[in-house]
Amino acid sequence: MILERLEVDRAELRQRTGWEVKPEGACRGDVCVPLPADAVTPEGALDARVLAQRLGMPLVSDAEHGLWALGPASVTGRSLDTAVAPELVLPDLDGRPFDLSSLLGRKVVLVAWASW
Amino acid sequence: MWQELRSELHPAGVEIVSVSLDLGGSEAARPWVEAAGAQHPSLIDQAHVTDELFGFVNVPNAVWIDEEGVIVRPAHAAHVKQSPLREMEVPEGLGRIGEMLVEVKKIKADPETYVAALRDWAAHGAASTWALSPDEVVARSRPRPATHAEAAASFELGQHLWRAGDHESAVGWFRRAHSLHPDNWTYKRQAWSLASTPPGEASDLIQGPTDLYEGNWLDDVRQVGAENYYEPFEP
Repeated sequence: MILERLEVDRAELRQRTGWEVKPEGACRGDVCVPLPADAVTPEGALDARVLAQRLGMPLVSDAEHGLWALGPASVTGRSLDTAVAPELVLPDLDGRPFDLSSLLGRKVVLVAWASW
Repeated sequence: MWQELRSELHPAGVEIVSVSLDLGGSEAARPWVEAAGAQHPSLIDQAHVTDELFGFVNVPNAVWIDEEGVIVRPAHAAHVKQSPLREMEVPEGLGRIGEMLVEVKKIKADPETYVAALRDWAAHGAASTWALSPDEVVARSRPRPATHAEAAASFELGQHLWRAGDHESAVGWFRRAHSLHPDNWTYKRQAWSLASTPPGEASDLIQGPTDLYEGNWLDDVRQVGAENYYEPFEP
């Protein structure tokens, strides 16, 4: 996730990474990581530094551009923490958003390709 | 290739979703999608979020997801047709392209096994030996050490800056991603192709040496061994 401040919106975190903050902590699939009280700012957003530390997410700073990138969690050491497919909404060729969950009820082969 | 398979398997309840991992966006993808006559969803992932979400490290890579939205095969190399380049005689005098073709011939792919596995899953679902349990899916998903996670964050900064027009800064972040996750061919091939493709033209597939990057396709493939370019698809 690209951040302009060291705060993360909960809904955006869930949509982008699949990590959901619940009373038990940050959860994804069967994994829940407890979070300290200072994980949540007074305004209800999440402190990016605390998340990064607890979930093993890299927090890479680009000081020149005033940006950070909060990378994927490495706390489990695997690229998938859960077999539950993540939420995914991507545009089609004409820019219309397509939600992967619209295919529930079908088997899906999601195949990545590129012009390069 | 995929459209043909889609026509065969769609009545059995299988849908193909193609995702273009490409900073070139719709413009780069459209000619290919239209030429393929794709009837399935064809999506554009300019930001390369699916690389991170699913663990794609090269193309073509795929995941299988069942009717309940549970992944039954983690990211794997997915070939449904043998490339004619594998069989061809490489003519003399082609220079660098000839050397690349020599390596391409050594790349391993087993479309017969893969297509048979897809058909088996389509027919038998969870009972197929090719469908893995959730624990197996996680255990067999690609490792993600801290260096790979940092590579993903670095690449994300790169794509963000590239799309904002700051190509020079983007290159710096792509280089960092390459050094942190050298086996990630997606990060390399995307960056190399941006460096050597003239604006408005189709993506350069040669991806030869440039001043911007340490590596290039031919030298990097030789270093790792072309036979290791894709991992085998196993039960």
